[in-house]
Amino acid sequence: MSLNTEQFILNIGPSHPSTHGVFRMKATMDGEVIVELEPVFGYLHRGIEKLAEQRTYTGIIPLTDRLDYLSAMSNNLAHCIAVEKLAGIQVPERAEYLRVILAELQRIASHLIAAGALLNDCGAFMTPILYMLREREKILDLFEMVSGQRLTYSYIRPGGLAQDVPAEFLPALQKVVTDLPHFFDEYDQLLKENEILLARSKGVGILTREMAINTSASGPVLRASGIKWDIRKADPYSIYDRFQFEVPTGKAGDCYDRYWVRMLEMRQSLRIVEQAIQQMPAAGDIQTKVPALIRPPVGEIYSRTEVPKGELGFYIVSDNSIAPYRYHIRGPSLLNLTALRDMIVGWKIADAILIFGSIDICMGEVDR
Amino acid sequence: MTVILPAQDIANLITAQFPQAVIEFDNQAVVIKSEFLLKVADFLKNNQALSFNYLTDLTAVDYYDYFEVVYHLSSLEQNKILTLKVRCCDRNNLQLPSVTHFWKGADFMEREIFDLLGISFLGHPNLKRILLWEDFSGHPLRKYYLQ
Amino acid sequence: MTEFTWLHWLLFTVIILAFVIIMVMVFIYLERRLLARMQARLGPNRTGPFGLLQPVADAVKVLLKEDIIPDEADKLVYWLAPVVAFFPVLLVFAVIPFQNGGLLADLNIGFLFVMAVTSISTIGVFMAGWSSSNKYSLLGAMRNVAALVSYEIPLLLSTVGVIIISGSLSMQQIVAAQDIPFILTQPLGFLLFFIGGCAEINRSPFDLLEADSELVAGHHTEYSGMKFAMFYLVEYAEALALSAIITTVFLSGWRGPLLPPWLWFVLKIVAVFGLMIWTRATFPRVRIDQLMALAWKFLFPLSVINLLITAVEVLLLKDSYSWVLVPINLAIMSILILLWAKLFKLGWGKIEV
Repeated sequence: MSLNTEQFILNIGPSHPSTHGVFRMKATMDGEVIVELEPVFGYLHRGIEKLAEQRTYTGIIPLTDRLDYLSAMSNNLAHCIAVEKLAGIQVPERAEYLRVILAELQRIASHLIAAGALLNDCGAFMTPILYMLREREKILDLFEMVSGQRLTYSYIRPGGLAQDVPAEFLPALQKVVTDLPHFFDEYDQLLKENEILLARSKGVGILTREMAINTSASGPVLRASGIKWDIRKADPYSIYDRFQFEVPTGKAGDCYDRYWVRMLEMRQSLRIVEQAIQQMPAAGDIQTKVPALIRPPVGEIYSRTEVPKGELGFYIVSDNSIAPYRYHIRGPSLLNLTALRDMIVGWKIADAILIFGSIDICMGEVDR
Repeated sequence: MTVILPAQDIANLITAQFPQAVIEFDNQAVVIKSEFLLKVADFLKNNQALSFNYLTDLTAVDYYDYFEVVYHLSSLEQNKILTLKVRCCDRNNLQLPSVTHFWKGADFMEREIFDLLGISFLGHPNLKRILLWEDFSGHPLRKYYLQ
Repeated sequence: MTEFTWLHWLLFTVIILAFVIIMVMVFIYLERRLLARMQARLGPNRTGPFGLLQPVADAVKVLLKEDIIPDEADKLVYWLAPVVAFFPVLLVFAVIPFQNGGLLADLNIGFLFVMAVTSISTIGVFMAGWSSSNKYSLLGAMRNVAALVSYEIPLLLSTVGVIIISGSLSMQQIVAAQDIPFILTQPLGFLLFFIGGCAEINRSPFDLLEADSELVAGHHTEYSGMKFAMFYLVEYAEALALSAIITTVFLSGWRGPLLPPWLWFVLKIVAVFGLMIWTRATFPRVRIDQLMALAWKFLFPLSVINLLITAVEVLLLKDSYSWVLVPINLAIMSILILLWAKLFKLGWGKIEV
C-alpha cells in the first residue's frame, strides 16, 4: 500500500530566526523532507559595486566594512592590499605585523560567531553562542581600543593603518592571547564529543571534494571537504610567508567537519598572532606617504585574500582617476551558497537549517 | 606560491589547439573569441597538464564600446591562476554561452552579471535576476545606466 | 458528609489553581535566572528585588499585546486550542498528594488517570497547529502528535515496575510504599521516565514542537496576547506536572525528615525542574527521526527489560524489597545502558528523492 502524499512549498525566510539575516529558502517539502530548494536573496542589496565607482579608493573602505560585517577588519585588509598592488604602494613593517594580528583576531571573532550560531541552529538553547560571544567581546574590546569602533572599523588604510595602536593595546592583546586557548579547551569539552551534536552533524550535508571545487567553494567549506587550500599558504599576501601555521582540513565534508575545521583554525590563528607579537618591531612607521587621492595607473588587478569565510577577491579596473572604473567583489559567502541546494535536497528541514548554518554566510556579503 | 601563468604561454597553447580563437593577449590576460569560449573552457579544464578546475571569479566590465567578461581560473592542485577574457560587442544583443557545465560555481556569478550588466548566458539552467527584484528595469552596473 | 466533600473539592480546586499559577511563575523566574547563570550572563534582575517580579511584568506585557487572529485561521478551533491544551494539565494535580492524604481525589487508578489526561494536551496543540493555517505550526503540531504516540508507550512501561513494587495505581499508595525512594530501587525506570517525559512535554533536547531555529515557534507561531500566554502557561504547567509526577512516583513525594511535607514536595519539584533546566542549557536538539528512534529502539526495549527484571525481583524477594537491590539495580542500569548505546543507531539520515 502506498500513501498518497502531497508536496508543499515552505518559505524559510526572509524573516526567520536562523537564516542569518534576510535570506530565503524556497523549499518544496514532502512532509519533513526537502525535495527541492531554491535559495533567494538580494533583500540586502545596497549596490556596493556601483557605489564604489563614485568613491575614492580610501572612501571605499567604509563600504568594505559593510560587506561581511562580522569580519570588517579582514575586508579592510583585502581592499587595501588590492589598492596597494594596483598603485604600487609599500607598507611599513610594523603596520604589516599589526595588520596580520588584527586580521587573525578578526578570524577568531568571526569563527566564534560561526560556531556559536551553528550550535544555535542545531537547537542548543543559546549556551554555546553566549560562551563564544563572551570571548568575541574581548577581541572587540581590542578593536575598539585601536579604532574606536566595535563592528565597522575602517582602520586599515592603503599604505598602512589609520593611526598607531595605543600603548595599552599590546598588554591587553597579550592577555587575550594567553587566555584564549583555555576557552577553546572549554568549548571542546562542551561540544567536541557531544552525542547529540555528533548525531545531528556527522554525515549530514556532505559536500564532496569534486563538488566543492566545481562549485567554487572556498574557506572552511572547501577545507572541510579535504582540500588543503588556504590563500595564506597558497598565495601568501602581506607577510603571511613569515609565520608557521597549519591548514586544518576535514575528511568527510559534512557539517561536523565544517564546524571542526573552524575550531582548529582558531587555534592556528592564535599561533600566528603569537608569532607576530614576537617578531613585530617595537616602534616604527605605521603609514607610508600616500597621496590623499590615490590615482593608480591604468590597469586592472584581481587580488585575493583569505578572510574568515573564504576567498575574498577584489577585481579593480583603474582608469587613472581617483575612483575605480569597475569594482567587483568576489564574496565567499555568495559562492559558498552555490552548493547549498545539492547539499540540502533529501534532508529534513532541521538538517537544512544546520547545513545552511555550517556554511556560515553573512548576508551583507551575499547581497552586497 | 601561486604561479601566474604568462598570458603568452596560454595564448600559444590555445592557438595550438584552436588556431583562430585568440584575439589578443597582454601580460595579464588572454582575450578569446566568444564562439570559442566553450571549447577553450573544455580544453583548459580537462587538459591534464592544465586542469583549471576552479573558477575563482567571473565578472564583466562595461567599456562603452564593448563588454568584457573576465574569467579568473585556478588550478588548486598545481596552484596556477590565469585570466581569460571574452568580449561582447553588440550592446543590444549581449549573449555568451554559459560555462556552468564546466564550473558549477559560475551559476550565481553568471546570474549576477545578467542581473547587473544584462549579459545573457545561453544554456544557463536558471537565468534570472539574483540581487534585484524580478521586474526591475535596467542594469545598474552599465555605464549608461544613469543617463 | 456530602457537604464536607463539596468543601474539600472547592478547597483543593482553589489550592491547585493557585499552586499551578504561582509555581509556573516561580518556574519562569527560576528558568530564566538559572539558564542565565549557566550561560555566563545575569538574567532578569531589574524588576523587583533580584528580578523576582519579572514573571509578573511578563504576564502584564503579554496581556496588553494585541490579539491577532490570522484571516485564514479556523476561528473556533483557534480560540479553543489554548483552553483544550491547558485544562488537562490542571487535572493532573487532582491526584497528586501534596501531603499525607492532602489531595483532591485519591483515585485507585490515579496513575492511569495521569497518563490518560496528559495526552489530551496534545489535542489542543494539534488544534492550534491545524487552525493557524501556517505551515510551520502544522509541522510543529504533527511532530508533537508523532512524538506523543511513540513516547506514551515507554513512558507507561517504565513506571510499571514502580506499580508492581507498590502494588497500587493510587498515587497516595505509591508514596506510602516508598520507604526507599523508587529512584534508588528503580533507577532505570526513573531515567527512562525522565527522558520520555521530557520528550512528551517537549522540553529540550526534545523540543521539536517549537524548535525555534527551524519552525520559528511551532504550533503557537500565529498566537499572540492572552492566547499565547495560555500556551506559555501550558508549557510550564506541563513541566510542573511532570516534575510533580516524578516527585510523587520516584522521589517519595511529600515524605522527608524535619521540614513540613508540602515544603518537601515543593523542594523536590523544584529540584526535578532544575534538572530539566540543566539539560536545556546543555544539549542541542535532536531530529525528528532520531526522536522516534530513541523512543522505539532505546526507551521501549529498555523499559520492557526493566519491567521483566523488576517482576523477577519482586517474585523472588516477595515483600522484603530492600536496600540490597539498590546497588544491584544501579549496576543493571549501567550495564544495560552501555550495552544498548553500542547496539543502537539513531535515525536514518538522507532520503533519496
